Amino acid sequence: MARLGRPLVLLLAGIYFLVPLLASTVFTVNIPGQGVTLSSYTRIFTAPGFTGSLLLSLGLAAATVALVLLITVPAAVAARLSAPRLRPVLEVVCTLPLVVPPVALTAGLGTVLRWGPEKLSTTPLYQTFVAVQNPDFPLVLVLAYAVMALPFVYRALDAGLRSVDVRTLVEAARDCGASWPRALVSAVLPNLRGTLLNASFLTLALVLGEFTVASLLGFRPFAVWMVQASGSDARLSVAVSLLSLLLTWVLLLALTTVGNRRRTPRSSRTFEVPAASQGKTSR
Amino acid sequence: MTVLDQPVRTGAALSIRGLRRSFGSAVALDGLDLDVAPGELLALLGPSGCGKTTALRVLGGFEKPDEGQVLLDGEDIVPVAAERRDTAMVFQSYSLFPHLTAADNVAFGLRMRKVRTAERRARAAELLELVGLAGHGDRFPHQLSGGQQQRVALARALALRPRLLLLDEPLSALDARVRLTLREEIRRLQLELGITTVFVTHDQEEALSMADRVAVMNGGRLEQCASPTELYERPATDFVAEFIGTMNRIPGRADGDGTVDVLGVRLPVEGPAGSGPVTALVRPEALEIEAADGGTGRIVATAFHGPTTRVRVALADGTDVKADVPTHAAAALTPGTAVTVRPRQRPVVLAAAGGAR
Repeated sequence: MARLGRPLVLLLAGIYFLVPLLASTVFTVNIPGQGVTLSSYTRIFTAPGFTGSLLLSLGLAAATVALVLLITVPAAVAARLSAPRLRPVLEVVCTLPLVVPPVALTAGLGTVLRWGPEKLSTTPLYQTFVAVQNPDFPLVLVLAYAVMALPFVYRALDAGLRSVDVRTLVEAARDCGASWPRALVSAVLPNLRGTLLNASFLTLALVLGEFTVASLLGFRPFAVWMVQASGSDARLSVAVSLLSLLLTWVLLLALTTVGNRRRTPRSSRTFEVPAASQGKTSR
Repeated sequence: MTVLDQPVRTGAALSIRGLRRSFGSAVALDGLDLDVAPGELLALLGPSGCGKTTALRVLGGFEKPDEGQVLLDGEDIVPVAAERRDTAMVFQSYSLFPHLTAADNVAFGLRMRKVRTAERRARAAELLELVGLAGHGDRFPHQLSGGQQQRVALARALALRPRLLLLDEPLSALDARVRLTLREEIRRLQLELGITTVFVTHDQEEALSMADRVAVMNGGRLEQCASPTELYERPATDFVAEFIGTMNRIPGRADGDGTVDVLGVRLPVEGPAGSGPVTALVRPEALEIEAADGGTGRIVATAFHGPTTRVRVALADGTDVKADVPTHAAAALTPGTAVTVRPRQRPVVLAAAGGAR
């Protein structure tokens, strides 16, 4: 039973994941009356709004990654170093967005955005409210996405920090003459590379696929464009979602590869390098 | 031109004055005063929680004292941030930067001081050679053994030519044999460079074998600071007597003429003697045991220690004493044997009045 169990589970899981993908692929390439053709895919790049929405999504993703890391990394490190009692608080705060549905978040955001121009029209803040809703680059989405990404980023970061002795690294760096910020940048962050990549990737995936908030606030990043395109051209929209899945996989693969390179020496010309997994060598 | 040829700034005099530090209600340092001579290796020894690590962290700048001064060549460094101090610390373990090679670890401080790359490399190589790791510069910490990692950490600490070297139990995570070699090596380097060093340890053997002087701490205070021999032979307090080596506490009677009667033998007293009932402190090697029918003691247990065997004897008055006997003479001393116990003729130290520690 045990010997049969694993292949069986793999098979079932494979069917579960692959059948929809195959069906989608067949749907996009097999057009009744025309036979097998890649026209759905070639049309993507010329479809109106494709490039703009994709670039917008990538830009939003980059900004969100930057913002969320800028907020969480110093906070998590500081909590670990000097206020361990705040860690549970941080954890709860960062997990909270997970239990707030995006619709509720958007409703709240919408209320504030409507309220702002009404009450603040005579103050300089009014301009800010307009600026964050600039449809070319809606900063308000970055803010919302940063909140939504918090649970994932914080989890990844917390796990990563647990595997590194941050205190000793910072102290050793300061002992060598590095100021606080330099100690963080030169001694701690390089050892969190895998963690940071992981967190960035989760954020990227979240932003690329986010629909609810953007749609309800009336912006048109990639996911929203996809849905709108599917109304007029179903094949095109399925082709796009398959492509975006592929893109995500490629990114994931790239990040994993980069993350795995981190423990290999830069040069191994002068001596034999023991396998990385071997850990400590004998004396 | 090696690192050693260059004028090394060594021999800073360290003075610690009235250092106090508490964490909430726990007092880690309760008015610590210490002086370390230029080029001296001082060991801070004590049970865990005695404040020795806090003291070292204050010296390194990682902990601010509530009160007190740390004078390095007469200048108070308490207000100076850790990264600006002329001190260097070797941490307990795992303090190397995992993402950097051994050479880059050693050169880290030089990089922070914006030393040029070529010079950095050259100096890192010299320092690695100094700690016996020539040719290991390309390795990453996880490719080095624990002992090698601590050597790299030592090289990194020496890279900026500190005036004060701080060692925070650098050997405690290593296995016994590596610990012994590295112990000697650290001492050799320290003497060679003439660098003032403070070494924190809970291992008395380590402290006694390496240090010029040992400062025994307890409850955030200094109990005694003296040379290893002095500590062993003339413990100033009961705590030191109990903490360093093994000490028998044997009831005796002071005669008021500077001698004391211990187990029927009249011994000269070291220090103030007084008169009346006292507790004499006697080392196991200062006791003689002889198998004798009708002896007042009975052997409880023996333990083989190589050249000597430690014999535990219960005396008739209920006192339990330990004596070290040459192993060749211990064959006849089996548990249950009746023996006589006598102190050898040498000066004896009395426990402070009250007896208890």
